[in-house]
Amino acid sequence: MSSQSVPKIMKQGGLAPWLYLLPALLIMTFFIVYPMINTISLSLKNRDGSASAATTCVEGNPCWGVFENYRYALTAEFDTTSFSTFWTSFWQSSYGNTLKWIVLMVSGTVGLGLAFAVLADRVRYEALAKAIIFMPMAVSFVGAGIIWKFVYDYGTQQVQIGLLNSIITSLGGQPIAFLSVPQINTLALVVVGVWIWTGFCMTILSAALKAVPDEVLEAARVDGATEWTVFWRIMVPIIMPTITVVVTTMVINVLKLFDIVYVMTGGNFGTDVIANRMYTEMYINFNVGRGTAVAVVLVLAIIPFIYFNIKRFLAQEEMR
Amino acid sequence: MNRDRINKILNQIPTHFIVIFMILVWVLPTFGLLVTSLRPSQAINTSGWWTVMSPPRGSAEFTQYCAECHGANGDALPNANLTNPELVSQFPRSLQLLNALNSEIDGQPHMQNIQIPEAQAAADIAVYLRNISGIDEQPRFTFSNYIDALVGYRGTSTYQQDCAAGTASLDLACDASDLLNPRGMGRAFLNSLLVTIPATILPILFAAFAGYAFAWLDFKGRFLLFAILVGLQVVPLQMTLVPISRLYAQLGLNGTFLGVWLFHTGFGMPYAIYLMRNFLGSLPRDLFESAYLDGASHWTAFYKLVLPLAMPAIASLGIFQFLWVWNDLLVALVFLGGTTPVMTYQISNMVTSLGAGWQLLTASAFLSMLLPMIVFFALQRYFVRGMLAGAVKG
Repeated sequence: MSSQSVPKIMKQGGLAPWLYLLPALLIMTFFIVYPMINTISLSLKNRDGSASAATTCVEGNPCWGVFENYRYALTAEFDTTSFSTFWTSFWQSSYGNTLKWIVLMVSGTVGLGLAFAVLADRVRYEALAKAIIFMPMAVSFVGAGIIWKFVYDYGTQQVQIGLLNSIITSLGGQPIAFLSVPQINTLALVVVGVWIWTGFCMTILSAALKAVPDEVLEAARVDGATEWTVFWRIMVPIIMPTITVVVTTMVINVLKLFDIVYVMTGGNFGTDVIANRMYTEMYINFNVGRGTAVAVVLVLAIIPFIYFNIKRFLAQEEMR
Repeated sequence: MNRDRINKILNQIPTHFIVIFMILVWVLPTFGLLVTSLRPSQAINTSGWWTVMSPPRGSAEFTQYCAECHGANGDALPNANLTNPELVSQFPRSLQLLNALNSEIDGQPHMQNIQIPEAQAAADIAVYLRNISGIDEQPRFTFSNYIDALVGYRGTSTYQQDCAAGTASLDLACDASDLLNPRGMGRAFLNSLLVTIPATILPILFAAFAGYAFAWLDFKGRFLLFAILVGLQVVPLQMTLVPISRLYAQLGLNGTFLGVWLFHTGFGMPYAIYLMRNFLGSLPRDLFESAYLDGASHWTAFYKLVLPLAMPAIASLGIFQFLWVWNDLLVALVFLGGTTPVMTYQISNMVTSLGAGWQLLTASAFLSMLLPMIVFFALQRYFVRGMLAGAVKG
């Protein structure tokens, strides 16, 4: 039991705690727990949930029986005729893209956030600088999508009204259709994500950095350590627990990310991600079974982080 | 002067350089959006927003080819006054203009010894003439995009011009009632408020109850239940959309505010309780003990002690939940859709199905960002505090 003890006098009144908990428990059971169970059962059904998924199997095609929707969710995007076609199709699929998002966006936000937290600490306009980097957190993904769609605008032969292509053409280059050329477009979307979430990482990492005792840093500097060594050998190890938390939080955020892709490309031109694919299956193709199967796959990917979250919580409680 | 000080300043230069460069990258896209939303649509599509302060289109060509005789303002020759709309309206395009320039005036070539402009230059001059004569006045900045966005205008000129000419489409009445046009951002703004305010208050209220129970009341399974709650914080929204929308269809809650309020409340709950419980748990224990010894009931302690003391946590949560609901697209898309469009839905709809022009998109996007920006900059302190308390949310 937790080390945080409750005053003795409160041990009476058996029913009262439950009355305080009732509204919250009711609404969470109804909106989180029940739907989760229901989603799992729907993922084993056909397109309107009226019969088993096994009935949707087609003669002569591979079939996973009651897990047919999972076969679709896991394999439909891949071309398995040979290893090389599989490899190409993987990196165009929602799974390959989600993986790209995770690697690029998490390293981008955490790297830039950490760098900015360290550098802004040394300038006098720190508060203003941090507020500006943090500002996109207040803007909706939809708003951010419009802002960047305009930056990426492809324009015409005569005139470029998008900032990026205007810079490229004025340097003598050819304009790039950032949102429709495969591979470049996913990168272009990730940039938008990084723009939004760097402020989040920076704020949390900056708070951790400020908690590093000055004496430790000064001692190292007096011993002749360069700023670079101080950063890598002292700051980073001390704030490592915070970095881990930020990285896991960002991975979860990226896995659930939907709006940017939906607004900017709609998942077309090889930019689909798992969260958008679930929406497409469910609300555009109206296939309940497939939509929920994709959702379950998404949750399976998140489960390790749920576990991590609870473990971290338990460790925190130990320290209280 | 102190050598060390100069050295220090020099060492700082790369830092300043990187910090300022990053600030620029972060600010420029939003600034471009703001500038663009204030420009007339024709200007948006023919020049980049960074050229907004440069001379209007065609003015360089006009100076080169025409200013010598017609004057810098175009009104130097009384019988060929280029600020006269009647005269200029005879040359709507480069073709007519070039004809006139190629013809003779009183037996002399029109352009005398000046070279006749190329077709593109002539077209630019024609645009410039229409501008200075007042036929097609192009102000540098205008609010008409915002008006068009608010009333949901979809025509080819502007709402004000169409209304003045009496050619506005049938769903526009050209009075204040247009602000409630279901296609416009005015109505969407109202809907967003109607969704967001209850969806912010409800979860905070319930979370305050539950957080109090978790922090200061004793019951069986207290710890286990809270650990489960911590796990629920990261359950993705997508996992619950389908069953809830099927259930809502049966209950008739699809497209209603109540349905969205309840959904956001359910999903805001785990994080809100987590934050509340941690905050309330950090309050001094003596406070509660002496209150109970004085004979206060659970309810009095909650009402008189917990609620006032929890104000900082309530503020953090309030901002968090407000921004979350206001900026949400997925829930609004699934449960409200086009029947009661909120701002995010309205904008995404303009992009995905209507292909609206930049003048509408930029103005709409900025309208949707206005309130969150104000809330954010006014209450940033609380927002950051709530985030540092462990922000992972559905």
